[in-house]
Amino acid sequence: MQNVDLQEIGLRDLNAMLHEQSSDTNQTAWEIDNPKGAHAIACGLDAPIEVTVKGSTGYYCAGMNKQATVNIKGSAGPGVAENMMSGKVVIEGDASQYAGATGHGGLLVIKGNASSRCGISMKGINIVVHGNIGHMSAFMAQSGNLVVCGDAGDALGDSCYEARLFVRGEVKSLGADCEKKEMRPEHIEILTELLAEAGCDANPEEFTRYGSARNLYNFDVDNAAAY
Amino acid sequence: MKTHDAKGIPHTTPRQSATFTNDINSDIRRAAATGIYDIRGGGAKRKVPSFDDLLFMGASISRYPLEGYREKCDTSVTIGTRFAKNPIELDIPITIAGMSFGALSGPAKEALGRGADAAGTSTTTGDGGMTPEERGHSSKLVYQYLPSRYGMNPDDLRKADAIEVVVGQGAKPGGGGMLLGQKISDRVAEMRNLPKGIDQRSACRHPDWTGPDDLEIKILELREITGWKVPIYIKVAGARPYYDTTLAVKAGADAIVLDGMQGGTAATQDVFIEHVGQPTLAIIRPAVKALQDLGMHRKVQLILSGGIRSGADVAKAMALGADAVAIGTAALIALGDNDPKWEAEYNALGSTTGAYDDWHEGQDPAGITTQDPELMKRFDPIEGGRRLRNYLKVMTLEAQTIARACGKNHLHNLEPEDLVALTMEAAAMAKVPLAGTDWYPGKPGSGY
Ligand SMILES: Cc1cc2nc3c(=O)[nH]c(=O)nc-3n(C[C@H](O)[C@H](O)[C@H](O)COP(=O)(O)O)c2cc1C
Repeated sequence: MQNVDLQEIGLRDLNAMLHEQSSDTNQTAWEIDNPKGAHAIACGLDAPIEVTVKGSTGYYCAGMNKQATVNIKGSAGPGVAENMMSGKVVIEGDASQYAGATGHGGLLVIKGNASSRCGISMKGINIVVHGNIGHMSAFMAQSGNLVVCGDAGDALGDSCYEARLFVRGEVKSLGADCEKKEMRPEHIEILTELLAEAGCDANPEEFTRYGSARNLYNFDVDNAAAY
Repeated sequence: MKTHDAKGIPHTTPRQSATFTNDINSDIRRAAATGIYDIRGGGAKRKVPSFDDLLFMGASISRYPLEGYREKCDTSVTIGTRFAKNPIELDIPITIAGMSFGALSGPAKEALGRGADAAGTSTTTGDGGMTPEERGHSSKLVYQYLPSRYGMNPDDLRKADAIEVVVGQGAKPGGGGMLLGQKISDRVAEMRNLPKGIDQRSACRHPDWTGPDDLEIKILELREITGWKVPIYIKVAGARPYYDTTLAVKAGADAIVLDGMQGGTAATQDVFIEHVGQPTLAIIRPAVKALQDLGMHRKVQLILSGGIRSGADVAKAMALGADAVAIGTAALIALGDNDPKWEAEYNALGSTTGAYDDWHEGQDPAGITTQDPELMKRFDPIEGGRRLRNYLKVMTLEAQTIARACGKNHLHNLEPEDLVALTMEAAAMAKVPLAGTDWYPGKPGSGY
């Protein structure tokens, strides 16, 4: 176990050390003390290592993550795991705005609530939120799965493309071109797997699926008001 | 046409309206027929005050020139000296602007790389991500970080020689993009994680930051991911250049790309292109002033774009304080866009040489702004690269010719004092005297 105190070594040295790890590193477990809400902690990782941040983080923690597992023992600031490619990011507390924005792959688990614009422009990432999510979540979401065990705020899935949105609780309102969809066996299967991976015992049968009505896919003057 | 009525009373001459011109009327008819605004490529076509309204004075008794073919006039520029470990060294101050793969074909991107490389300058990716064609042929490649993040991934980010955070584009300050379904081929769709054949909208705001304070943190993240090695540019449209430049510097930019309203686009609403943003000539002095006020002129490099066509434009931009320029449309024309040899085909598309701007439709006869494999075959990237290199060299020679005539041994030594303006508007915008006077609007004159 590599143990580093962020306040002692500073952000640049910490990230440089993490970036030095290659796919066959034997320094696979890292613990970061005293994050104190610093920004850009453990961003740009690209090795199969496990990093545990012992506290809350600022903006863009685990941004653009590849391969690595990042555990945040507190809450995360805006843009956590933005543009994640692969790997896993788990937040014990809450996440601020744009969690998992534009993510291409991997799994983001938020054990608390997520704020607005969770999963904005997501491009293949899977996001599981144990609590609620804020407004404009999954805006222009392209692909991947967003699973919400609690409620969703206003304008869920506005202008979304092919992403699948699963919500167990209430949805305050749906955004433009987002509609309720049928839950087919393959969806239950996806959901069961994601919930298990995210350590969540919610019953997949209780979720409703939402997705694109695909009315805005090609411009039509009769839909102009929705643009 | 009859000139008198039956009673012999003369008709008044039929009079065309200056307000409802035939052009405007055709816009109205098009709108009425389709129900959608006109989308097109290219930049503002209206006439605006421009570099054409400025002249160099050249040498005289008080300033002596450099010998044309003997005395050196340097053209090199280094971009990203503020924070980056590896600034970009360019042989010439003319860079290739970001143009998306999707808008342009793979071979066109390759040609840009080949031409720029041979001329010693950089190219820039665009919406849609980095293609092997461009990375493979451009040894100095700037990677755009755009609101849509189409094709954005950390591997390409780490391969880039510089990163350009795109906040705005001169053709559409405050606007996103639109790539119509026809151009979403399998490859474009895959790179953008979208279904094939649908209209692809690009967001106008970044998904994970808003405002200058966030931008500073975003830049920190990009620097951390790339180990503080490569320069970070911020591209802004010519909207509020003084404040945008100030905020970009404060957010930590190494360089600022400032794009005026004549700047080209792959596909934007015509109303946006023609009515939003300020002319290139009008935005440069406020941006330079902002840099000077911060003590950052020449420390944070300013790259100006929007309607740059010739060595004279380059020299004028630099005399007003730019460190370099970027070209989009001109590079495409050098590659063969809007070439008269395709006139019959332009006519068949309802256009004509020089006016063809339906770059978003993917039917480009020149095979440049298309994803159609048959049309793409018409374009030879090696020949295209050679033409671009020639054109870049000519522009550089032209700028050097002017600089030597002004007695300057480096293009950067050109200064506003070398210029006069032909019109009051240009004098006011460029803050150089109206020709024949020592005065420009806003400056009290001595009145000789
Ligand atoms: C075909 C085409 C595609 C473009 N794509 C992008 C883009 O993806 N991102 C961007 O920031 N600007 C884009 N631009 C704008 C250019 O980067 C640049 O700002 C502009 O072309 C400069 O003006 P000029 O065309 O008059 O030289 C594009 C321009 C053209 C002509």
